[in-house]
Order: sequence, then C-alpha cells, then structure tokens
Amino acid sequence: MSDVTAESTLAADPPTKVETPFQRFRAEFFESKIATVALGVFLIIVLLAVLAPWITPQNPYDLAQVSVMDGRLPPGSEAFDGYTMWLGSDGSGRDLYSAILYGLRISLTVGLASGVIALLIGMAIGLVAAYAGGRIEAIIMRIVDLQLSFPASLVALMMVAALGKGVDKIILALVIAQWAYYARTVRATALVERGKEYVEAAQCLGISRFRIVFRHILPNCMAPLIVVGTVQTASAISLEATLSFLGVGLPQTEPSIGVLIANGFEYMLSGRYWISVFPGLALLLTVVSINLVGDHLRDVLNPRLKK
Amino acid sequence: MTVFIIRRLLQALLVVFMMSVIVFFGVNIVGDPVYMLVSPDADQADIEAAISRLGLDRPIWEQYGLFLKGAAQGDLGNSFIFGEPALKLILHHMPATMELAFSALFLAIVIGIPLGLYAGLYPDGRLSKGIMAASIFGFSLPTFWVGLMLIMLFAVELQWVPATGRGDLGSFLGIQSSLFTLDGLSHIFLPALNLALLKISLAIRLTRAGVREAMGLDYVKYARAKGLSTRRIIFVHVMKNILIPVVTVMGLEFGSLIGFSVVTETIFAWPGMGKLLIDAILQLDRPVVVAYLMIIVLFFVLINLIVDILYSILDPRVRLQDQGA
Repeated sequence: MSDVTAESTLAADPPTKVETPFQRFRAEFFESKIATVALGVFLIIVLLAVLAPWITPQNPYDLAQVSVMDGRLPPGSEAFDGYTMWLGSDGSGRDLYSAILYGLRISLTVGLASGVIALLIGMAIGLVAAYAGGRIEAIIMRIVDLQLSFPASLVALMMVAALGKGVDKIILALVIAQWAYYARTVRATALVERGKEYVEAAQCLGISRFRIVFRHILPNCMAPLIVVGTVQTASAISLEATLSFLGVGLPQTEPSIGVLIANGFEYMLSGRYWISVFPGLALLLTVVSINLVGDHLRDVLNPRLKK
Repeated sequence: MTVFIIRRLLQALLVVFMMSVIVFFGVNIVGDPVYMLVSPDADQADIEAAISRLGLDRPIWEQYGLFLKGAAQGDLGNSFIFGEPALKLILHHMPATMELAFSALFLAIVIGIPLGLYAGLYPDGRLSKGIMAASIFGFSLPTFWVGLMLIMLFAVELQWVPATGRGDLGSFLGIQSSLFTLDGLSHIFLPALNLALLKISLAIRLTRAGVREAMGLDYVKYARAKGLSTRRIIFVHVMKNILIPVVTVMGLEFGSLIGFSVVTETIFAWPGMGKLLIDAILQLDRPVVVAYLMIIVLFFVLINLIVDILYSILDPRVRLQDQGA
C-alpha cells in the first residue's frame, strides 16, 4: 500500500531540476530582504573604497591638494578649489568625503587581512587538534579556552601595548586576539566530521592523513567557518577603529576611520559634529552590514534549522 | 574538591607567570622611553645617566629577573613619568574604575531585566520587536562611537549633564565616591550608560530567553490552575527562577566591564585605571603598562577561578576531575 502511494507521488512529481548546493544556498540567502540590502550596502562600501582615488575631489593626503583655508568647514561648503564639500572638512582642511573613502581602504584592508590570517591559523590549529586528539588536542584546547576567557578587545589592547603602533602590528594584534575563535569552531565541527563514515572509508582506502584532513574534512567544516569569519571580520574592523581612536592603534600616517574619528573628537565639544560623526556613520554602516549578512548566513548555513 | 582547587590554583599561577614573560618582554622591546623623558637639549652624559637611573642599561633578562623579584614582593617598579611606584598609581586610580563598573552593572540590571521580561512575556508585540532590534544594535555598535553620540546628544546639544571628568566626591561610611553627590552622579551617568550598553543587551537577551522558557513549564501551569494572579506568577514564581542565573552571568561579566572601561574612560576623561593605561602607553611609561596588564591578568585569572569553583558547586554535573589536561 505504502509502496504504491510512494511510487505514485514520485510519478506525479514533475521532473525536478537538479539544483547545485550553491544555487540552493544563493536562493535561500536572497530570501531575506534585510540580508540582501546589507550585502548590497557592504559591496557598495567596498567598491567606493577601491575606487576612492578616481571618485573623490582630492587626495586628502597629498599636501599640494589640501588647503588649511578649508579647515573645519560645515557640510555643503564650497572648497577653496571650487568643489563642494558635501560632508564638510576636518581640522586641517581635508574634504571629509575623500578622507572617509581613503580611510575605509585602510580600515577594510586591516580588517580583512587580519580576518583571513586569523582564519587560516585558527583553522590549521583547530584541524590539528581535532585530528591528532590526545595530549596535543588537550594542550591546544586548554590554550584556546584560556584565551577565550579574556575579552578579545582586552587581548588586542594588551598586544598593542606590547607591540606598538603600525599597520603590521595592528594586524598581528588582531590575529592574536581572534585566532582562538576560529580554532574552537573548526575543532568542534571537525570532531563531528571525523566520526563519519566517509572518513573511515577514506582511511580504509589508505589515503594519507594530510589529504583526509585537508581534502575531505576541511571542506565540510567551511559553513560554520564562513559564519564566524564574517562576524569576526566585522569585530576586527570595529576593534581596529577603537584602538586607533584611543591613539594606540594606527598612526596619523595611516588614517583609518578610527583615526579620523579621533581627530574629530576634539572639535566635538565645540559643536563641530561632522568631523567625527560622518566617519562614525561610515564605520557603523560597514560593521552593521557585515553583521547582518553574517547573522543571515548563520541561519542559511545551519543544517539544524533546515526543514 | 581540595585537589581540584589546588590544581586550578597552580594552573592560574602558571598563566600569570607566562603572561608576565609575554607582557614584560613585549613591552620592553617597543620604543625607547629615554628620549621622551630627557629634555631635547640633553647631552650624551645626561642621557646615559637617565638610562642607568631607570635600569635600562642592564640586559633584558636581568631586568626581568629584577621585575619578578620585585613583583613577588608587591613592587612592580616605579613609573618613569611620575616617579611613584606603578602599583600605587594603579591602586590610586582603581576606585574610580570600580565605581564606574559597578554603576554600569547596576544600570544593566535595572534596565535590561525589565525590558527582557517584557520582551519575553509578549514576544510578538511591536515594542518587544523594537527592544530586540535595539539589543542587536547594542551588540554591534562600537562602544566608543556610542560614547561620542551620547556626549553630543546629552552634553553638547541638550546640555543636561557634563561631558567629561569625575565631579565632586562625597564620603559615606568612609568610602569616597562620586555616587554620593549630585554633581558626581551627573558626571557618572553618561560613562556608566555607555559602558552598560553592551551588558544591557546581554541582560535583555538572557532574561527574555529565561522567561520564554519558564512560561511553558509545569509549575507556571500549576500556579495558573491554582488561580494565582498573573502578576503574582510572574513576579514571585517566574522571576525567582530566572533572576539567579541572569544575575550570576551578569556578575561574571564584571571583569569584562573593567576591561572595556579603558575605552569609556578615555572618551569621558574618567580618571580611572583604563585612562592611566592609555596615557602610559602613549608616554612609553613601561612600568605602569606592565603593572596594569599584570593586574588585569591576575584579576581575570581570579574571576575565572571563582567561576569554575562556583559552577562545580552549583552544578554537580560539571565534573571536578581535570578534563584531559
């Protein structure tokens, strides 16, 4: 009886198109309007940052193009050179719109670079822990737990206190502050994957350990890694801005968004809000849009939420 | 139990020792503080005198050895800038930070729990959705930017409260604090709110989750069947069950409040340990940086130790044996 119904429903179904996992993922992702908009906003921000030299009226760090006469102009003022400063200018006469786009280049570079490096290191360590097991795993996870018991912002602050200023040092500090999140995620997923039949099958075929870990287990750990990666990258960008704002992050010669906000801070109490507020809004849009995308990715990629 | 505590204590000691190595060597490799301390027109002899006065001419492991020896006796070195013991400086700035952190914790509990309760009782209401959306922002907005906005809104535009500083101190039961004067309270409001925002979001989420879970449990159904008023069920029975875990978790967040206060103190010029640290980093005042970091590490290690022990007492399912390592 049941066989017959099963067969008849099968026959009744129109031949379904074969959907690749990526197509399914894409369809599910764009179901959410908020996430789609957030992704759009983020891509626009990246595009603006990449194209900055071609779409801004001045290079804010070329002294020949900056005039002190333009200092602290409110939004919408006309600059000495004739163009309109829609977002006003800062204390040394830089057009804020240009400064923000140039600042985004630095902020995004630092955030993405530290995110990717932390991901690679954390991933490798997490995989080793999961696959090696025993003492090695115990020691690695002890260190991970220990580090995660300190807030990432505090670890990053300690590292810059110890390392000093500069792009390379900030990236190193952020990597040290964040690798443990990736390691924990990868190890947890890899432990589950290691117990599955396909790994056993691969072992029976005599495939090398290295190949099993990187070619078979790793691809199956990608989903949670991507989710953690987006959220951690957003937090890296915001951490860098925080450290730079405090004056212990990037130097004035590498004016990221955080440095711009810090520069505007002194003018804030006298009512010249725009020097801090507009870079702040740019930072906010970046961080919130990445977070919204990450939040939705978590829903889409989590197999437990699938019906 | 005793074995467990002793083992955890030993681990904690090891961590503190390892951190002392990392912090000391890290901090002492960066920059050269001498050139910031002697006047620009000092000659070579002056510079060398300063170097030997600060002990910077010795090999670094010897400096570390001296540091360890001093640390064991409660001496973390003298500040290059102030010439006072670094530990004394930090202890001097500690009350301001503690005051700020406690106020933030208090705000988080009195604002977060009622909002979370409401959001848990009426999960589909418009106001609840608003509360939850706001809590997402509380999590993802950078603290320092929110601080700037608070200053702009309340101090510059509305001019309700002052933007920076600590205000007058009042004395009560021998404790000096700005919480006891009106001027002090008006000064602490903004920084405490700024520091509390993240924890308010956390309290909202924890309370909401707890309430939603508890409302479906049998004891609530039974209380209803018994004819108790909704008000009594919620405020006596449900609250009693969810408050303990929520308040416990919030208490555990105290350490991170102290860590985060670095940012808030700098923005609001609050004279606490965090501002001292930032100033010390900027002025290459190594002993103060090292001392602050060591104290923070010690603080966190202690909190974690207490948490572990508390959990093992509160929840017998947490095994006392060391798990593997």
